[in-house]
Amino acid sequence: MVESAPVIGADHALTPTLSRKRKRGDERMIPLLHIPPQALFGQLLLGLINGAFYAMLSLGLAVIFGLLNIINFAHGAQYMLGAFCAWFLLNLAGVGYWPSLVIAPIAVALFGIVLERAFLRWIYRLDHLYGLLLTFGLAIIIEGLFRQQYGSSGQPYSIPPELTGVWNLGFMFLPIYRGWVIAASAVVCFGTWFLIERTRLGAYLRAATENPVLVQAFGINVPRMVTLTYGFGVGLAALAGVLAAPIYQVSPLMGSNIIIVVFAVVVIGGMGSILGSIVSGFALGLVEGLTKVFYPEASSTVIFVVMAIVLLLKPAGLFGRAA
Amino acid sequence: MAEAAVLDKDLLRVRDLHAWYGESHILHGMDFAVAEGEVATLLGRNGAGKTTTLRAIMGIAAQRRGSIRFGEEDLIGLPSNRIARRGIAYCPEERGIFASLTVEENLLLPPPVRPGGMSVEELYELFPNLAERRRSQGTKLSGGEQQMLAIGRILRTGARLLLLDEPTEGLAPVIVQQIGSLIRTLKRKGFTILLVEQNFHFAATVADRHFVVEHGRVIDRIRGDEIEGQLGKLHDYLGV
Repeated sequence: MVESAPVIGADHALTPTLSRKRKRGDERMIPLLHIPPQALFGQLLLGLINGAFYAMLSLGLAVIFGLLNIINFAHGAQYMLGAFCAWFLLNLAGVGYWPSLVIAPIAVALFGIVLERAFLRWIYRLDHLYGLLLTFGLAIIIEGLFRQQYGSSGQPYSIPPELTGVWNLGFMFLPIYRGWVIAASAVVCFGTWFLIERTRLGAYLRAATENPVLVQAFGINVPRMVTLTYGFGVGLAALAGVLAAPIYQVSPLMGSNIIIVVFAVVVIGGMGSILGSIVSGFALGLVEGLTKVFYPEASSTVIFVVMAIVLLLKPAGLFGRAA
Repeated sequence: MAEAAVLDKDLLRVRDLHAWYGESHILHGMDFAVAEGEVATLLGRNGAGKTTTLRAIMGIAAQRRGSIRFGEEDLIGLPSNRIARRGIAYCPEERGIFASLTVEENLLLPPPVRPGGMSVEELYELFPNLAERRRSQGTKLSGGEQQMLAIGRILRTGARLLLLDEPTEGLAPVIVQQIGSLIRTLKRKGFTILLVEQNFHFAATVADRHFVVEHGRVIDRIRGDEIEGQLGKLHDYLGV
């Protein structure tokens, strides 16, 4: 589970206006909910940030699963690699956050392309289980190597100077970096959705997801498209890792902490559904945040409870096409 | 010399073609040729190897051996995307309309491989139903419309040779007639067509040449103008 980074200014999240209002006339709301609004907004914001990462990661998984039929268990490790790549760039080469935001995803995507060419392409015709085991094994190896070298504790990565500080939203203070993460994630998710659902390239991708043999017989180099798609999904994970580095610290285990939740998000959204992974990523982040406010004991299990309910009522997921 | 002249006109020339799916040997030495601008059919019973022949020409799925000459080049070792780029287009028996694509996206999907394909406007003129429903999901069309879409989308690419697998299967007689006239229109436009059919009454109305296929071999060749006199023999071949 992603443990909430320190609650964002929960103590200070009241604007003067709100606190005066509360002193004067808001007593009714407080006894009703037993929740101070600053805690509510703080947790909702945290939920939205976690949701931004869930959405980006489950989106990459959905894209990969759709075309490759591979359940990419190495996704968490690739997210971690993105964060480490940014950390290396900063500490070994003096390259800052903004260039890393481009370089790290490309570097990790190239690593993913090598993995696809070397390992994954041999197992597409086999059962899902083989892909799952292979990528799970790769994840263990990658994380083990990093833990050997860097231990389990996190390396700090500081927020770029342009994004330090807070915005006063009137009802709460929003740390600028967190606002940036939410905005960047929303743009990336929308861009990916648009690319897949509204462009010619996306039509090739959707068609090849349905019937790769026929798409190839129309003259499209499907094996190359598969390789690039895997690289794209892995690059998305690495981009999420770079965005996460200043918030969660750079740690070899950051990927395995988040990936289980992300898989639950993918199942809830519907395996392979692009829109489903985006919407359920953000929504479940919010659900998790709300649970932290109203019943904190359940906050780390609520997503799995939702998953169980969704699987019972709609086995293909909220946005999934029935098989 | 006369035979050499005939050879030169052949756009597609299949020689001693064998194909396997896994362990099962489906084609046992197919031999036939289709001349430029001609409509030819592969006739035969279910399981004779007609569909496999089209798939083998297209480079799909089956292991294959022998020779498939298209123009000057042998296609036998090429992957299907490169075969398509040489100017061959394939319309599968199950039509292969994509459910996650709209009608128009389905129509625009196959990339142009050579200049000289039909424009989208021409296609919509030829298939007005598709124009009306261009924003619908591809698989929401009726069977006949899906067949028109499956044929229409390969006319845009500039391919010279069309491989059509049972385009009339499961369609109402009036639609079958439309497909017949479409095939004659395409022939007039200069397309070369290799058609798989079980319905030889339909095949007789469109084709210049018929190859009867049994057990993965061509066992008889019938010219289009001879088919009326050969109906008895065809009944025996096809078991109808």
